[in-house]
Amino acid sequence: MTTHTERRSHSWRQLLPPVVVAAAVVGVIVLVIVAGHHDIAQSFQAFWRGSFGSAYAFWSATLVRATPLTLLGLAVALAFRSGVMNIGAEGQFLAGASAASALALSGIGGTLVLWVAVPAAILAGALWAAIAGWLRRRFGVLEVISTLMLNFVAQYLVSYLVRGPLQEPTHVYPQTETFSTSAHLPLLISGQRLHFGYAIALVLALALWWMFRSTALGFRLRAVGAGPAAAASAGHVVVPRVMFTAFLLSGAIAGLAGGVEVTGVTYALYEGISPGFGYTAIAVALLARLHPLAVIGTGIFFGALEAGAAAMQRDAGVPFQFVAVVEALVVLGVIALEWSRSRGEVRP
Amino acid sequence: MVSAPTPDATPLALSLRDISKRFGATQALDRSTLNVRRGTLHALLGENGAGKTTLMRLAFGMAKPDTGTIQVDGQLCVWRSSADALRAGVGMVHQHFLLVPAMTVAENISLGRGGMFSGFDPRAAAERVAALVAETGLAIDPTARAGELPVGAQQRLEILKALSHDARVLILDEPTAVLSPQETQDLYAWLRRFVESGRTVVLITHKVREALQIADDITVLRRGRTVLQVPAKDASEIEVLAALLGEATTLTAPHVRTPAHLSAVPVLTVDDVRVRDSRGTDRLKGVKVRVFGGEILGVAGVEGAGQLELLRVMAGRCAPYAGSATRPAQIGFVPEDRHRDAVIGAWTLVENFALKDAGTASGTLAWRGYAARAEAGVRTQDVRTNSVHNSMASLSGGNQQKFVLARELEGAPAALIVENPTRGLDVRAASQVLDALRAARDAGVAVVIHSSDLDELFSVSDRMVVCFAGTVRDVAVDRHAVGRAMVGLT
Repeated sequence: MTTHTERRSHSWRQLLPPVVVAAAVVGVIVLVIVAGHHDIAQSFQAFWRGSFGSAYAFWSATLVRATPLTLLGLAVALAFRSGVMNIGAEGQFLAGASAASALALSGIGGTLVLWVAVPAAILAGALWAAIAGWLRRRFGVLEVISTLMLNFVAQYLVSYLVRGPLQEPTHVYPQTETFSTSAHLPLLISGQRLHFGYAIALVLALALWWMFRSTALGFRLRAVGAGPAAAASAGHVVVPRVMFTAFLLSGAIAGLAGGVEVTGVTYALYEGISPGFGYTAIAVALLARLHPLAVIGTGIFFGALEAGAAAMQRDAGVPFQFVAVVEALVVLGVIALEWSRSRGEVRP
Repeated sequence: MVSAPTPDATPLALSLRDISKRFGATQALDRSTLNVRRGTLHALLGENGAGKTTLMRLAFGMAKPDTGTIQVDGQLCVWRSSADALRAGVGMVHQHFLLVPAMTVAENISLGRGGMFSGFDPRAAAERVAALVAETGLAIDPTARAGELPVGAQQRLEILKALSHDARVLILDEPTAVLSPQETQDLYAWLRRFVESGRTVVLITHKVREALQIADDITVLRRGRTVLQVPAKDASEIEVLAALLGEATTLTAPHVRTPAHLSAVPVLTVDDVRVRDSRGTDRLKGVKVRVFGGEILGVAGVEGAGQLELLRVMAGRCAPYAGSATRPAQIGFVPEDRHRDAVIGAWTLVENFALKDAGTASGTLAWRGYAARAEAGVRTQDVRTNSVHNSMASLSGGNQQKFVLARELEGAPAALIVENPTRGLDVRAASQVLDALRAARDAGVAVVIHSSDLDELFSVSDRMVVCFAGTVRDVAVDRHAVGRAMVGLT
């Protein structure tokens, strides 16, 4: 009898923190809308219309937004689980987008240009992350700082490219010309904007889940993330080498996200190509508790959030920046949940 | 057995009565009682999991008891946090130190004092700490960084931290677990002087002999209950052990050295090996050691004498810059810092078992195979757990250590290197661990053990070497000879 009540109170207590956090998030959203003198009902209607309210909203807005967020969320989750605090997914995304654009415009490969452009994006992302990885390995520079700084370098690199070597022929706009159709990723559903990149994201999520669960490489990465000293001593793992591998893999995935975005959505490179996808991806990965399959779900969640927020701005005048508020709240909420969970486990 | 407090009229500095505490399904404390007379050194004894640390954490305000009362100097106290306990004059030194490694000694001591916006004056802090050092006689450099101090000095820093709050009751959790014999003696001498100045010490320990030698009073906990409260002078070792273990336990018979069947050629050889630390100091200055299959080689040495470097060279965990070491292909290693170097607490036993192959495995991992191997290891070393899919952190320290031994002994390694294998373990687990080493030796394994507990080394070693200032010398298995060699005398 006692065990019964115990189990119930236990699960009830476990359930409480997520509910409190979710309620706090919704509460603050309402507060932000009210503080801006916007109509709540109208705002929420717009949000729904823009995210899940119609087939078009879901396939062509939510999931199109979810594609880079899912890929980048996977990149961040892989790095974090391996003990690499890569917050430079943004920069690696831009490096990938730049490389893919350069090759898509060069015409190399003819009709098979995608088979050149997308691998180039993967390579560029990995190289961009490798800079931080090398700095860490050679000089012990913390990747939190180096990857963040490299984001700005990448941003200005894109600015240079779209005003210099890759600028469209009239030299008026800071962007490249539109790619030829042979450099467009195929669409998944006719009449919708959803492109092949989302299928790649889904397959990659499955692949990473399998890698962490079943492969020696995934096990090594996890060991280095969970206990580097134990991995080195008990497992003979060469920790610096495995961490470098994590940098490369994470950067490669982020670069792929950049390549997919320019060949699947924008068909061109320009300065504001990423509205901070790489930063949002940190929230995507944390909310998924770094689990690759859960990233699919949180990717859709944030994709819907951004798509809905765009509609709210259009139809109800709520500033789009409110998404940043929600993302920050989610990150704080996840940290609070982790804290309450670990506090519950403290035992002498 | 849970009797009236004290025979004489000495007032109580700390009195815990009828304390119960439950964690989930575990009754950690069950109406336990502890009465500590002012100006005495009180030893709190018990096996791992008996509730010693939990009881003291309650006394220090780190958690609230479900029932029972806490009195300090006769005043009823209800702590909201450790800050309350500190204010009332109760200080605690934890087994796992709580220091900020990057900060200096003075900064660590000053941490958490003053308001949020009050300034920090490094010079004033250093002076205050210097005064405290002079007053207490605990030698330490206030400007040294905590992370760079040897363990003994880190512990002195923890004590200073507690004393800087004017602690009149000082609780120490297994303070000698990390200390060399000499440091242990120094600490005990200091604690004696401390209580003679009228203050009070509660010493959490599981070393019966030491407790009887140093303490005024003894309280024994078993499974959360107080089972014995006596003045140390009235207690015998057998009586305390019986209370501790809860059964008519005969002490383990002194180890009989069986004529060993030594291997014909050495399994491990170390020749003129030199090891240099990150600061450029030579930790090993050309040492030569041979270990044969079928013997246990005990390595003694005071902290920093080179014994850990020697063991790590033997285990292949440390590369010498000169000399050579020949090792068998398969070698087991049990490091002294289990939580950091041997296991990953958040992982399951199966995953921790697979950890041994993490660096060498390729392709996919055969989880079913690892589960079976972990099960087999759990059985052979008598690890108490109901599933190999439980997390490592859910096991007690003793069971974790037995699990590590099982993993390292799997696949019949030719050699086994162990560092302080029973540190922090209760009596029963410690003897099981030592028995496992003897069994490995009997099976022909070359076993090398370092322990800062000399009694343990004498009980288990077939042959001994002593490290002193980076050199290694063969010594007879004799307390007197080893003691002299450890301080560099011949």
